[in-house]
Amino acid sequence: MANIRLIPRLDVKAPNLIKGVHLEGLRVVGSPGEFARRYYEEGADELLYMDIVASLYGRNNLEQIVSDTARDVFIPMCVGGGIRSVDDATRLLRAGADKVAINTAAIANPGLIETLSRRFGSQCIVLSIEAKQTRAGGWEAFTDNGREKTGRDAIAWAIEAAERGVGEILVTSVDREGTRKGFDIALADAIAGAVPVPVIASGGMGSVEHLVEVVRNGHVDAVAMADVLHYERLSLKEIRRAALDAGLAVRPEAPAALAS
Amino acid sequence: MTKIAVIDYGAGNLFSIARALEHCGATPVFTADPDSLRKADRAILPGVGAFGDGMAALRQASLSAAIAELAAAGNPVLGICLGMQMLFDASEEFGDHTGLALIPGRVLPLPRTRADGAPQKVPHIGWNDLCEPAPGRWAGTPLAAIAPGTSAYFVHSFAAVPADGRDAIATCVYGGHAITAAVQRDNVCGCQFHPERSGPAGLSIIRQFLA
Repeated sequence: MANIRLIPRLDVKAPNLIKGVHLEGLRVVGSPGEFARRYYEEGADELLYMDIVASLYGRNNLEQIVSDTARDVFIPMCVGGGIRSVDDATRLLRAGADKVAINTAAIANPGLIETLSRRFGSQCIVLSIEAKQTRAGGWEAFTDNGREKTGRDAIAWAIEAAERGVGEILVTSVDREGTRKGFDIALADAIAGAVPVPVIASGGMGSVEHLVEVVRNGHVDAVAMADVLHYERLSLKEIRRAALDAGLAVRPEAPAALAS
Repeated sequence: MTKIAVIDYGAGNLFSIARALEHCGATPVFTADPDSLRKADRAILPGVGAFGDGMAALRQASLSAAIAELAAAGNPVLGICLGMQMLFDASEEFGDHTGLALIPGRVLPLPRTRADGAPQKVPHIGWNDLCEPAPGRWAGTPLAAIAPGTSAYFVHSFAAVPADGRDAIATCVYGGHAITAAVQRDNVCGCQFHPERSGPAGLSIIRQFLA
């Protein structure tokens, strides 16, 4: 079993790191590069960069931020927001991204998933789902930071995308995002149980208990967190230590290298 | 100065491997030219994507023969991820494809079920602990720089199965199965994980390869 990954999520409205509630009401937090480096040094397993206004303007501004970060951050980076084509993905991968996340463009043209995963490999392509609960046990996929309805059932969309070749699914609960009230466990569990690829839960982490709950009961493979880290409510080291104490299979803090 | 060639056959993200090498004090030279590769002191074969495509690109650029010559001359060669898989005889990824055959063995899909029979998620994505098969096995290999149990970052759906188990210098456990994490046969070595994406421990492995 690979360890559960702890993934700082950096939502960016270039050139700033921002944070909202329910993906709206965005506030500037600071410089994305500085936060990324801090999280790398604190032992993040991976970083997630999302240009959260890219689709609105039909562009992606993350290239420069990604390439600056890749200079001294030696962990995987997943980058999303505004990716519409092989060219967009190529640019971000060349800038130092390891994976790209797609949402709006995949909804508009699901065949893009096959195109990208054939070109770059499934392991490189992440489907980002912004899900809102619409009824008991039912969620709809949204785009544009939870503003635009797609008419697609989030679970059915996850299954279709996995069949089309995405290597991983990032599921953000719009209802919980930025609230620090905990993850939507039922949503995480419904997606994780429906697809044969790893699932990353995002939206709502306010405490280590929330992390433990979404891993134990939501059965996800990775957990994204933003507010709790950006505002230094908890440090990654504290989260990792508490997760280990709770018996979660997270990567132990790296033993010191023996040589050089 | 030691000349480190990074074999550029159009596959994958060379930026992060370049940055990691620079961080470790090396000056990587990207090359798609077999003659330039033959003059290298040591070489890194990176790679993401499909085995068949990777091998076709290496052959088309006459790089596969140059890699074999470099390896036969005793120069250190390090394959990373798909680059490691291509060191083997063949792979079953999307059909049957012949590899560089520098290390005997085959590349097979990761098991879709756990050892206990439950479904296993594939690809294997994330940090996993590197196990040393026998004490002292890492001496003289790039893994000498780290302690057994150190985690490294993996992302793959296929894994190499060496014909001679002694060529596997590290394994990790996925879904209850031991899978090949690193290999070495004489001067040819490979990592299934990404040392350039495995934080300070990965950088130590790269430094050791360069030493």
